[in-house]
Amino acid sequence: MLMQINHIVPIEHIITLSCILFCIGVMGVLLRRNAIIILMCIELMLNAVNILFATFSAYNGNPDGQIFVFFIMVVAAAEVAVGLALLVLIYRNTRSVDVSLLDRLKW
Amino acid sequence: MEKYFYLVILFPLIGFLVNGLLGSKMKGTTPGLIGTVAVFIPFLIALGVFFNYGHESQPILQNYFPWINIFDFQANFSILIDPLSLQMTLIITGIGSLIHLYSIGYMHDDEGFARFFSYLNLFIFSMLLLVLGSNLLILFIGWEGVGLCSYLLIGFWYKNEDYGYAARKAFVMNRIGDLGLIAGIVLLWSYFKTIEFQAMAIHAANVDMSDPVIIIATLCLFIGAIGKSAQIPLYTWLPDAMAGPTPVSALIHAATMVTAGIYLLVRAHFLFDLAPSVLNLVSYVGIATSIFAAIIALRQNDIKKVLAYSTVSQLGLMFVALGVGAYTTAMFHVTTHAFFKALLFLGAGSVIHALHGEQDIRNMGGLKNEIKSTYWVFLIGTLAICGIFPLSGMFSKDEILTVLFEKSKGLWALSLFSSLLTAVYMFRLLFLTFFGTYRDDEHKKSKIHESPMVMMAPLWVLAILSVFGGILNLPHLIGGESYGKMAHFLDPIFSHSKLATEHMDAGLEIGLMALVVGLVVIIGFVLYNIYVKKESLPKPDMSLRGVEALVANKFGVDELYDTVISKPVLGISRFFGQKVESAFDGISGFFFVAGFKSIGNSLRKIQNGNVEFYLILMTGSIVVLMILQFLIKI
Amino acid sequence: MLIGLILFPLIFSLMIFILPKNLTKYATIFYSVFSLSWMGMVVKNISSWTNPFFTENYVFSSNLPSSLLLVLDGISLIPILLTQLLIALILWMLLANQKEDKSTYSLIALMHFGLNGVFLCADALGFYIFWEVTLIPIYFICAIWGEGKRMPITLKFFLYTFIGSLCMLVSFLYLYQIQPEGGNFSIANIFNVDMSATARFLVALGIFIGLAVKIPIFGFHNWQADTYTSAPFYGSMLLAGIMLKMGLYGMYRWLSPVFAGPLCCDLQWYIIILCIIGVVYGAIIAITQTDLKRILAFSSFSHVGLIAAGIMTFSHSGWQGGLLQMFVHGLNIVGLFYIVNLIEQKYGSRDLNKLGGIATQNKWLAIYGMILVLGTTALPLTNGFPGEFLLLKSMFEYQFLTALFAGTTIIWCAVYMLRLYQKVFFGEESKLVLSGDSSLSSIEHFILIIFVLGVLVLGIFPQLILGLSESTVLNYLTQK
Repeated sequence: MLMQINHIVPIEHIITLSCILFCIGVMGVLLRRNAIIILMCIELMLNAVNILFATFSAYNGNPDGQIFVFFIMVVAAAEVAVGLALLVLIYRNTRSVDVSLLDRLKW
Repeated sequence: MEKYFYLVILFPLIGFLVNGLLGSKMKGTTPGLIGTVAVFIPFLIALGVFFNYGHESQPILQNYFPWINIFDFQANFSILIDPLSLQMTLIITGIGSLIHLYSIGYMHDDEGFARFFSYLNLFIFSMLLLVLGSNLLILFIGWEGVGLCSYLLIGFWYKNEDYGYAARKAFVMNRIGDLGLIAGIVLLWSYFKTIEFQAMAIHAANVDMSDPVIIIATLCLFIGAIGKSAQIPLYTWLPDAMAGPTPVSALIHAATMVTAGIYLLVRAHFLFDLAPSVLNLVSYVGIATSIFAAIIALRQNDIKKVLAYSTVSQLGLMFVALGVGAYTTAMFHVTTHAFFKALLFLGAGSVIHALHGEQDIRNMGGLKNEIKSTYWVFLIGTLAICGIFPLSGMFSKDEILTVLFEKSKGLWALSLFSSLLTAVYMFRLLFLTFFGTYRDDEHKKSKIHESPMVMMAPLWVLAILSVFGGILNLPHLIGGESYGKMAHFLDPIFSHSKLATEHMDAGLEIGLMALVVGLVVIIGFVLYNIYVKKESLPKPDMSLRGVEALVANKFGVDELYDTVISKPVLGISRFFGQKVESAFDGISGFFFVAGFKSIGNSLRKIQNGNVEFYLILMTGSIVVLMILQFLIKI
Repeated sequence: MLIGLILFPLIFSLMIFILPKNLTKYATIFYSVFSLSWMGMVVKNISSWTNPFFTENYVFSSNLPSSLLLVLDGISLIPILLTQLLIALILWMLLANQKEDKSTYSLIALMHFGLNGVFLCADALGFYIFWEVTLIPIYFICAIWGEGKRMPITLKFFLYTFIGSLCMLVSFLYLYQIQPEGGNFSIANIFNVDMSATARFLVALGIFIGLAVKIPIFGFHNWQADTYTSAPFYGSMLLAGIMLKMGLYGMYRWLSPVFAGPLCCDLQWYIIILCIIGVVYGAIIAITQTDLKRILAFSSFSHVGLIAAGIMTFSHSGWQGGLLQMFVHGLNIVGLFYIVNLIEQKYGSRDLNKLGGIATQNKWLAIYGMILVLGTTALPLTNGFPGEFLLLKSMFEYQFLTALFAGTTIIWCAVYMLRLYQKVFFGEESKLVLSGDSSLSSIEHFILIIFVLGVLVLGIFPQLILGLSESTVLNYLTQK
């Protein structure tokens, strides 16, 4: 059982931080064309969620959230590995990492 | 003897199966012999039963198995042996076996010899079911069965498209009547809860006169009879039916099948007695058909067509008799007509056989010296149908006229007119065929030969029957104590009938008889003068004008039906098949094809392949969904 | 017992893929004989003819509102018998044709599975699932082995039936949903609900549309002629012989209970009118068609209209006649399709104008054809008559003039059937016929003789079929 932490930072602040990070991630994914940046922005979004998990876990005194954080980090690492591998393939085919070139997914 | 009566039905069926399945492997005339025997044995059995059958005997009901047996409908496969069915059985098997015998000679070199006899046997089987059936549904089996055989035999030479058309016409026209018959059967079932003749007769005794259901039901039965017995407006198939081999015309389209309608009315007389208005209609249709057909017969040049129209006309006369309730008289005329019309047709067949297929009387003439035997039998037949004393036709026709004279002077006059027309076209036929000089080329003349014995023997038997057939039912006046044998025999059937006839004044009867015979003889002499002395010939069809052309063209009824019924139906069929179906296609196409296509066309623009766009769409939709959920929650 | 009827086809349809190719033939023969004899055993085990004969319930999970409830009574027995018989015959025909394609046999067995399920299942959801299962194999059969413009035609067929059955599903779901707590999809419960007259009407309409597309009834029939024409012969046989019986059977089992209460409008009457329009409309179209298969399609359309109308009168003779006619129509139309197939195989065409004179060339084919044609035209002492008579009787008792209109079918039928016969078998031999192969192999004889015997035996003893369903129908109608 974890000890109850003395809360110096109010929870609203942490939520706001997480939201800002998440939105930055979303915007990055939507607006940037460089695939590497997009991948990084996805990581950013994941980390925003991680912060939330950790915070709530700490505030509620329930360790489940922190376990999830580890899960997510593992999955994110795997995802980056796969994603970068895909990127390498895309780069080999198109000589570019610009996602707007990938428009063959249509009818 | 009665116990084995089922053999009467079974033998023709066996004959049909044997000839139909094995006939093609048999040699020579074997199929013909099998066919003939299969009809002759039933004749002997029926004859035995007939002699056992006294006036006091009860009708015998033989029940074989339940055919259709459900909660609200039962019909057994059963036969009823009573004077009426016995008389019809004797006619069918008796004349049937004669015609079978004749056919052995007539069809001997046809490649479908075995097939012909199997069809004929099937016909006899169906016809026997028709007359022996103890309920309306068994009658209906026979009714449609004879229709089928008629179809098969008219189209016997199936390579000829025209014959096939005539066959189909006969079948379809009969079917129109059959629909009426089915409707009648159902109505009678729902009214009486039985369709057994005996049970219905008992129930009918308690039914009010002119009950509406009975009127409609009898009307329906009468429509059935119209189809089968070739009355106006469904008569046009019978003349076309002459496309079949001549023995078929004799057996089916003169002696037996076409009288099925009369049999039906006689069998159901206890119902018709309750519907006087329908009976009136029966006699009006009968007399109209009789005169109409007789007039057409005046201008026909095909020997079989003349006889065909004559049959239609005679059937009409029988219906007139039925219409005034003279059932025995009608049955008497059915019998004598079967004798002399079968004789005439077979005689005509003998002529055609002699001339190697020639049927046009304009190409005949003077045949009485070439084929004497045929001439004599044909003469007997002609005299019988015209009603010359003392041949059989005279007695039956006279009886009809006498009854009509009593019931209605108008009908009497018209019937008299019709029977005088009979004399006109029959004498014309006789004189043009057998008298004068041969009108085709000499080369053909040398080939004319008399028919073989196997054909002539049945002809002579029929000739004898035509001469003495009157004995069956002599009027009181002539027969003395042994008068009205047939009426006496059939009496148990009609004892309930409220319209039974009495005897009339002897002087008047002699007068009427003498009048008819006298007029016929006069007509005979006049026509002899025209066709033999002056040797005037029927004009070629092209040169006819006005009424004559109309008559020669059968009043254009065939063409009328063609324009009023056949063509519109075909037109509607094409309209439905092409226009309406493609309209349906269009509607379903609109929903399934055009609708989906246009939706797909507009939606596929979203699928532009740009990953960024997909991402934006995805995020946007998530946001929209979240907002929606937020709104809906509140 | 009954589960065997469903399981064996499924097992066979999967197993045939594993079997080596040279065993396909023997496996198929074994399968057809086995399913027939299994059916024979089921019938033999019927101890009492009061219904239902057998009930079997297989519960997958007590949480599900639905279970595999199989019921065999007089009404399902007749289509079940027909299915076993026709599937076996169709398999034999394929064997006679030397067709070696495994997937065909597998799809037909899958079809067999679905059909048996439809006719046996007394659970609305199960019924619906089996109903849709039958659509899969027939879709592939028509789409792969069809001819002409098979893809759009098959798609049309699929969309029609699928949209129709969705309407039916909606009705079933509604019926389930309005039940009190603890309700399920079994036939006993699903119709045992209180509804307003409007709701009842809409439910009946939904179920009717689902069935009407399959039967098909006038207005829903547009897919039929095209599909029958473009499908391979066994596809047409499955469609005309058995699949449309599903719709008719559905009218007995799933539509009629809805009419137990009052409806807000006289749907019964409208359905009968539609059926009868179809009877005459189909028959009239058939008169001028020149493709043999199209004639048979419209003839079938016309005949089933009469059956559906007879069922909708809810009278004893209508129901009994309908059941008999279902069996008979299945037999006759499959027999005729087989003859058409033989003609097409031997003479290379099924166009009326190119054929003629086959009677001279091939006497036996003409005889078999004549008997089947007569059976279809409902000549007494052939199997077509008793059923048609009972149906017409029920119509006449329902409404005389309508029945007279419907009754003209016996005239039209004679017109187009005899025209067909005349053009194909009679007349002078056409060029194609002269150059064609005019022999019949012994297995072809054997199959055709079965059909011919069916026509004659059932014509003389219709009681063989009528007796099977008599007590069930009587019960059903007296309960209502």
